[in-house]
Amino acid sequence: MLYALKIATRYLTASKAQTALLVLGVAVGVFIFIFMSALIGGLAEFILSRTVGDISHVTIEAEDPDPAVLVGGDGHVLAAIERGRLRTATLSEAATYIPLIEAVPGVVAVSPQISGAGFLARGAQVEQVSVTGLEPGRESAILNLRGYMVEGSERVGSGVIVLGETLADELSLRLGQTVRLQSSTGALAVLTVGGIYDTGNGMIDGSSVYVSLPTARTLFALPQGVTRIEIKLTDLNAADATALRIAALTGLDAVPWTDGAEQLMEALDAQAQTGYFLKSFALVTIVIGVASALLLSTYRRRPEIGIMRAMGAGRGFVIFVFVTQGALVGLMGGLSGAALGYLALLPFPSRDAFEAGTLPMDITQGSYGLAITLTVIGAILASILPARSAARVDPVTAIGQ
Amino acid sequence: MTALLEVSGLYKTFGTGEAATRVLRGLSLTLAEGEMAALLGPSGSGKSTLLTILGTLMKPTSGSYTMLGQDLVAAEDRALTEFRNRHIGFVFQFHNLLPDFTALENVIFPTAVREGRETATARARGRDLLVRMGLENRVNFPSANLSGGQKQRVAVARALMNQPELVLADEPTGNLDRESAMQVMELIAEINRDEGTTFLISTHDEKIASLCRRQIVVGDGLVTG
Repeated sequence: MLYALKIATRYLTASKAQTALLVLGVAVGVFIFIFMSALIGGLAEFILSRTVGDISHVTIEAEDPDPAVLVGGDGHVLAAIERGRLRTATLSEAATYIPLIEAVPGVVAVSPQISGAGFLARGAQVEQVSVTGLEPGRESAILNLRGYMVEGSERVGSGVIVLGETLADELSLRLGQTVRLQSSTGALAVLTVGGIYDTGNGMIDGSSVYVSLPTARTLFALPQGVTRIEIKLTDLNAADATALRIAALTGLDAVPWTDGAEQLMEALDAQAQTGYFLKSFALVTIVIGVASALLLSTYRRRPEIGIMRAMGAGRGFVIFVFVTQGALVGLMGGLSGAALGYLALLPFPSRDAFEAGTLPMDITQGSYGLAITLTVIGAILASILPARSAARVDPVTAIGQ
Repeated sequence: MTALLEVSGLYKTFGTGEAATRVLRGLSLTLAEGEMAALLGPSGSGKSTLLTILGTLMKPTSGSYTMLGQDLVAAEDRALTEFRNRHIGFVFQFHNLLPDFTALENVIFPTAVREGRETATARARGRDLLVRMGLENRVNFPSANLSGGQKQRVAVARALMNQPELVLADEPTGNLDRESAMQVMELIAEINRDEGTTFLISTHDEKIASLCRRQIVVGDGLVTG
């Protein structure tokens, strides 16, 4: 149908201003589609990075055994050991699992940890803290400690403690000063402040401290194993599937970050739905615009359609001419809108450099291909009605006009 | 001479009930191959309706119409479109060219639409036809910029493009000055003589009609002479 393509192209180029206006209308629709995709996608990315970017995406924790119960012959419970606040369960074979977990596709970092509660004291001042023992060299595997350091280093060597700026201020601590850390088991360690960070998260900055894994072993009397393995993934949204995979691989209870984050997920879903609605409206506008413009063109060209039919052009040929016009308008508008959208998004910072107070536009989430494809399909669908109307033109009546 | 087309007992009624208008009332007609006939008659006599039916652009209410042995009353739209493209050429009173196309593109349209593309062979024949029409300087001219007489000559060339057996011309000179009208008629006569193409020319102009070898007079929906 090369000839139909030629006629369609000729019709479009014959009315340059009208075609340009039509293509511009489609391009604006595509631009809105791309802008909304980048904004909704970027916003979701921004919210996720701010809320779960620095937490474990999949966590394996040792399961506490059920409390031991002594049952008498008549079925009555005679004695029970109450579950204490002290964590006693350990992942004793963590070292075996870590290489397996690291080999799972999508896993970028694995951090074995020993965590517990403790008291940080300097002179008469005492603060309750959450203590996390990290493997030296993997300090920034989950929480990007290195990126948040305001003083010193994130390295948790022997006898070194890294703490938040708020906590340091509470205890009037500075880099290189010593501090006493007493664990919930009663063990005591005298540590030197090796680094101070500021994450912007009050909980972490005011009550979390980091020590080396060997120091934590001593403090919590765990000669082997760890209490928790934290895992970071390349794709946050793959956490559920990866957790299942890790659980199947290791037999351990792997929990994705989405567990307990239902409200966040609902909010993101609602945001995505809003985006779909807005994008759908943009597409509907395109379809209506193309359909009305082509209907007008069909009406204006009725005598010509009549001549073509009289000269032996079939109804299929006429339909093809007008559908091709719709497809060409969709393609030109789609490409121009996509280029326009891309250019408009260029000045925005990349997804890795989102800043508070600016629109978090993610240029990589513009859905350019999808926008062009949907526009072409929409324009073709929009042209079917005018094309069918053109094919039904009675040559005798049309030529007489 | 062999009959090219035969029409028998042709009726055509427009509208229904009290608003019904019977334009053709059992008209019968035979055209032989190579004829050049004029179709005469007053306005409303049914000339244009007859040409439209003969051109397969409209079906009669009843009656038979065969051309080249094919029953064109029973044929479906697709078959009629193909038949029209191959065997019938049209020349209208107002030339009816495609305004966004050049003279050559207009001429080769019937072939291009059949073949799905503009072939070199079609372009060569189209150019030859335009030269024959005295339009060698207007081959790639936008048709909208041609004069009335030139447009009508392009329309004649387009009608001949697929070498049809029959060319139907509805008042082909009605919109032209005397000189242009005579030029067009001379061309038609030349093609009829040289290529044996059958022409049926509807006209009010008796001088134009006198250039045809046969005059068919239509009156009140019937052939009266």
